[in-house]
Amino acid sequence: MNRNHKRTLVAVAAALGLASVAGLIAGNRVSAAGSGSITGTVKLSGSPPHMKGIDMSKDPYCVKQHENNPAKMENVVVGADGGLQNVVLYISEGLSGPEASATPSEEPVVDQHNCMYVPHVVAMDVNQKYKVTTTDQTTHNIHPLPAPGTGNIGWNKSQPAGAPPIETTWKAPEAISVKCNIHPWMHGWHVVVKGPYAISDASGTYTIKNLPPGSYTVTAWHEEYGTQTQKVTVAAGQPGKADFTFKAK
Amino acid sequence: MRRKSFDCRRLAAAAAVGGMSLLGRAQVTEYQQHQWLNTPAASSHIGNLTGRPKAAAMVYRRYCVVCHGELGDGNGESAQWVDPKPRDFTLAIFKCRSTPTGTLPTDEDIYDTIARGLDRSNMPPWNTFTRQERADLVAWIKHFSPRWQTEKPGQRIEIPPEPEITPERIKAGQDVYARVQCWKCHGAEGRANGPSASTLQDDLGRPILPYNFAEGGRFKCGTTDRDLYRIFMTGMDGTPMPSFADNIKPEEAWNLVFYLRTLQPFPSKQKEIAKPLGLKPINPNATGP
Ligand code: HEC
Ligand code: HEC
Repeated sequence: MNRNHKRTLVAVAAALGLASVAGLIAGNRVSAAGSGSITGTVKLSGSPPHMKGIDMSKDPYCVKQHENNPAKMENVVVGADGGLQNVVLYISEGLSGPEASATPSEEPVVDQHNCMYVPHVVAMDVNQKYKVTTTDQTTHNIHPLPAPGTGNIGWNKSQPAGAPPIETTWKAPEAISVKCNIHPWMHGWHVVVKGPYAISDASGTYTIKNLPPGSYTVTAWHEEYGTQTQKVTVAAGQPGKADFTFKAK
Repeated sequence: MRRKSFDCRRLAAAAAVGGMSLLGRAQVTEYQQHQWLNTPAASSHIGNLTGRPKAAAMVYRRYCVVCHGELGDGNGESAQWVDPKPRDFTLAIFKCRSTPTGTLPTDEDIYDTIARGLDRSNMPPWNTFTRQERADLVAWIKHFSPRWQTEKPGQRIEIPPEPEITPERIKAGQDVYARVQCWKCHGAEGRANGPSASTLQDDLGRPILPYNFAEGGRFKCGTTDRDLYRIFMTGMDGTPMPSFADNIKPEEAWNLVFYLRTLQPFPSKQKEIAKPLGLKPINPNATGP
């Protein structure tokens, strides 16, 4: 690294420092960011249900993509030690102030890949932009089906090979069922929540970030097992902890 | 039946996530509907006609209630015998729009649909009503859904003037049909027998067939070339028929219209011009570009 680069870095760091101080003074979300979090693990107890293989013979392209890795349903994905993946965790009570109304600027992405939704469950804040992309050489249509009366309005758009991403938002909290009519096995969830959220990973762990100290109710949502809630306290410099266990039916 | 449990799950999931009260279809009370009827916004505008909802109450009761129901929820007495189901006006989701997928139609869209009826369904053409009566009916239909109070109709999809039909354009239209894969549902020759056709369901979870070009039935949403152009740009909301507005350019769209005409069974200018081309149906096995 030469001297010039170093100097720029120092300048950038200084600017960032200033910005965060300014944030603190303004008392906006920047000050709250990172100051608290809730973390934990979601598990499935009992023997996980068998996930059926998927017959993709309606589309030879899809069959070909799975020649060496047969596709399975993804309603229940359980990792080592019973960790339950694709659980959406969000704050259902206790949010007040800016973190309740701030909309994250990062854009979650769900890709149509090998005729599956990757990921199978995507979560987002109300009004947070997210993208639906395709990396398949076959046409998909993406058809979200919000329930009547929620305030969300469905639509149905085709995405042929090479199509640009669809960038969109939802108005109201709801777990929205999404499907492709061309490939009837393709079914996923776009889960809209209000405020900070997380999705459990392959080992079932999760961290909800950007929480100021306080008392919260965390709700865990899973497409098959419904919801569970827990009360959690977040202190300054000490993350709250909430583990969940769902029972296999 | 599989679909039914799926629907329940959706509702349960929706209610759970929001932690909100999900009143669903019963959301608008009759009282609220009547409040709304007295606001100036509760009217329709078609050209220089202004439709007044209350003026249509009797006509609606007499001619539409048997199918669409007192509350406009599509649960009229005859609904049980009818497939596809009568439209549920409380959702304000319409097949025939000039506006993008997921948006409200214009007043003209509904006005035109009432006179046209919907082919391959029990919805007859109501072409004996006066223009004023139809405008009033549009206003009455709108009063069933609160969406009309908070949303505006979508931006009309622009349709450029129809270009001259040439053999090159027809051939290029066939390439569009192959590239965006209309044939997955409509079939390589437009016979409604594409690989996905037998699996299709409408938003109520009821089986639905793609339009069969070879049979040549009347289009639900209008018979002209412009209507045909419009329908694959808007999609038919509530059904598997998606919008292609983001992925078919206006030039290509006209080419596709010309090609689609050659799939229909009646004589047409497009067919004449296409004859020397000796077009073969597209090959569904040539997947991918
Ligand atoms: C015999 C039953 C029946 C009667 C009577 C009837 N309809 Fe319908 N209507 C239907 C059905 C069925 C559909 C749905 C057709 C479809 O989905 O293809 C429908 C759909 C509609 C639509 C929705 C069009 C769209 O774009 O989605 C409108 C508007 C409508 N009807 C208005 C009326 C009006 C106004 C009257 C009375 C003057 C009326 N209907 C009487 C059966 C009926
Ligand atoms: C996912 C399946 C699917 C795909 C892909 C699809 N359609 Fe359709 N289409 C349908 C269904 C289902 C209907 C019937 C809807 C109804 O009857 O309410 C339909 C209806 C139609 C109609 C009749 C419209 C009317 O007014 O009655 C036309 C025309 C049409 N489609 C053209 C196309 C074209 C062109 C493409 C490709 C650019 C295409 N469709 C792609 C499923 C599909």
